[in-house]
Amino acid sequence: MDNIITIRDFNSYYGDFHAIKDINMDVEKNKITAFIGPSGCGKSTLLKSINRMNDLVEGFHCKGTMMLEEQEIYKMDVYELRKRVGMVFQKPNPFPISIYDNIAYGPRTHGIRKKAELDEIVEKSLRQAAIWDEVKDQLNKNGLSISGGQQQRICIARALAVNPEVILLDEPTSALDPISTTKIEDLLNELKKEYTIVIVTHNMQQATRVSDYTGFFLLGDLIEFGDTDQVFSIPKDKRTEDYITGRFG
Amino acid sequence: MRKSSGKASGYDWFIRGIVYLATAITVSVLLFIIWHVVSNGVPHLKPSLFEWKYTTENVSMMPAIINTLIIIAVALTIAMIFGIGAAIYLVEYAKPGNKLVAIVRITTETLSGIPSIVYGLFGMLFFVTTLNWGYSVLAGAMTVAIMILPTIMRSTEEALMAVPMSLREASYGLGAAKLRTVFRIVLPSAMQGILAGVILGIGRIIGETAALLYTAGSTHRIPSSLFNSARTLAIHMYLLAGEGLHKNEAYATAVVLLIVVILINLLSNFLAGKLRKEYNQ
Amino acid sequence: MESTGNRTRTLEQVMHIVFLATATASIISVILISVFIFMTGIPTMAEIGLGEFLLGRNWFPRHTPAQFGIFPMIISSIYVTIGAIVLGVPLGLLTAIFLARFCPKNIYRLIKPAVELMAGIPSVVYGFFGMMVIVPLIRDVFRGLGFATTGFSMLAAIILLGIMILPTIIGLSEAAIAVVPRSYYEGAVALGASHERATMSIVVPAAKSGIFASIILGIGRAIGETMAVIMVAGGQSIMPENILSGVRTMTMNIVMEMGYAAGLHRDSLIATGAVLFVFILLINIAFNLIKRKVR
Repeated sequence: MDNIITIRDFNSYYGDFHAIKDINMDVEKNKITAFIGPSGCGKSTLLKSINRMNDLVEGFHCKGTMMLEEQEIYKMDVYELRKRVGMVFQKPNPFPISIYDNIAYGPRTHGIRKKAELDEIVEKSLRQAAIWDEVKDQLNKNGLSISGGQQQRICIARALAVNPEVILLDEPTSALDPISTTKIEDLLNELKKEYTIVIVTHNMQQATRVSDYTGFFLLGDLIEFGDTDQVFSIPKDKRTEDYITGRFG
Repeated sequence: MRKSSGKASGYDWFIRGIVYLATAITVSVLLFIIWHVVSNGVPHLKPSLFEWKYTTENVSMMPAIINTLIIIAVALTIAMIFGIGAAIYLVEYAKPGNKLVAIVRITTETLSGIPSIVYGLFGMLFFVTTLNWGYSVLAGAMTVAIMILPTIMRSTEEALMAVPMSLREASYGLGAAKLRTVFRIVLPSAMQGILAGVILGIGRIIGETAALLYTAGSTHRIPSSLFNSARTLAIHMYLLAGEGLHKNEAYATAVVLLIVVILINLLSNFLAGKLRKEYNQ
Repeated sequence: MESTGNRTRTLEQVMHIVFLATATASIISVILISVFIFMTGIPTMAEIGLGEFLLGRNWFPRHTPAQFGIFPMIISSIYVTIGAIVLGVPLGLLTAIFLARFCPKNIYRLIKPAVELMAGIPSVVYGFFGMMVIVPLIRDVFRGLGFATTGFSMLAAIILLGIMILPTIIGLSEAAIAVVPRSYYEGAVALGASHERATMSIVVPAAKSGIFASIILGIGRAIGETMAVIMVAGGQSIMPENILSGVRTMTMNIVMEMGYAAGLHRDSLIATGAVLFVFILLINIAFNLIKRKVR
């Protein structure tokens, strides 16, 4: 088992509020790992701790270890971290600039200036996000002028353009229609061949459709973690079973 | 008349009456002022009023117009650097509860309440006398720059705060640092709001008299350096009106001032309309 | 692709300081202005004598011995401001209520820009208008009634300033009324109140802090106005007898004599500016204190 992210005894706090408690978990390379659980259980917080987006929140602090391969996430250069670990947000948030510039933003930030190189990266990323054919003639169009589902795929392409190793997705389809949702789920299955994917979802069917491993969170604790099939058919913990069968959440 | 329980009472008619009346008076007064100035000024708008060289005969306003543009350009440059910079600090860098932020807010509010004559006196004491710049474009521009600093700061702050957090998060998520995020993502999105503040500032400078009279002075020539004195259009008009010799020319100058103000207002409204449309998208 | 790394970190820290520095511009400006105005003003007032300066009714700066009493100017500023408020606030507030609660949409699109335009008209244009229209009007009307007056009077200043603060009052009051939650209005109407009653008894009072703010701003504008009043108020530096008397406000005092004043005379004008500054500061402080109490 090749683990790209290992989490040991990880705790995080917003001020005095203990948001995440003693998480021990591994994320396997080139697989899709899903975090599920009711609102407020800490799944998004854990996700945002991996690429240190929580550093932007006043009062956030944490203990424990998170490793990205051999580097400690909370000790390494944060810009390097965010290049290796990309994020797609719940609500599509393309910049109000052209599609081309949206995709090129990440590479430009990290030093790539030559137009030929950027052109190549933009095309590759848009192809990987399965949206190249739809927008290839409209690269100058404003990122906000396309549909929600397309915007989210642009955001995925944008994350791919920096060539990350891991992609974090925080409820990426919760704001989208069913057809766009399906397109993105198919996309994720393709992407895992090259990338490692961690996805937070409140939609259990999505977790079963898409993920290889699932972690169930409740009130900041990781209740159960394992093979998706096993977690959903023979859950080890009663609380997992209650959540999956819809008794709460 | 909206009926809720039936008949409209006398009270209702009374209220309706006075609010309509008040508005009618307000609008009539405005229209009357504009009509009066325009009808007395337009007939006297002659080309000699726009000649490049001012003489006591033609009392041309052209040098004053040029001077006004120069002072606006210099003052805006200074005010924008410090105003936009300060707003960026307040919105993007300062942590909530930061004491400096509270102090800056108080001082900015104070600045916006100071009467222009006090600014003029300060400018005279500090820039003209202590710094020994004399009556000069630079003294005037610096003074006026401080005057419009609160306006630029406020508009920029509002514009920056209107940029959704999700855009910043996307930028950070891609590994960009704060500076890059601010300059490439936040500022461009906030540009229209900032521009609105700049236009407000320009409007204020154009109408300003007391502050510039004692700093930029009232020389009628176009200045050859930033350290020369130069009168603006508003000062020019004031002096014409006060002399008593050039009533017609004063009206004509007032018309030009009005036209400029109207244009600026139209521009500002146009921008605000565009902003509103984008915000609602 | 290189990562951003150490060069970025240094640049980040530098720019953080740069932005911090620009933020201090506002603080430094206030300090400078206060220092320079008071550095001249306070010693001058001490030399003349504080009581003599503030309460003295004789302003003869070029006599020997010179007298520097600005009480008439202080009183004139106060009277003119009160008058402008009495005229401008009811008119402005009612107009604001109309715009916010009674105005049909198509007319609103015409009136609102008009009010904004009023805010932008330079004070010298207002002053000129006042000089050419209001002053002769007063002169003719009151001479016809048997009063002697040149028209250059407190009344002219009051009328002109009342007009000039209208956009200030209207702008802020309208905004305050417009953001009162719709639920208040609906609650009143659901209880049987008419549109007029619901607006006047519930909506407008709910906006009172914004309306109050607009009044304070109007006061500030009126008391600080210089060029417009100079052209209509007359300029007599004595205690005003009645509303038709020519008056000289503190602001007028400065501008009228600065051109030829020297030495202590000039300093006394700056001291007048200092008094004006203090007035404004006191008004602002009072406003902030009241705002905190209301909350």
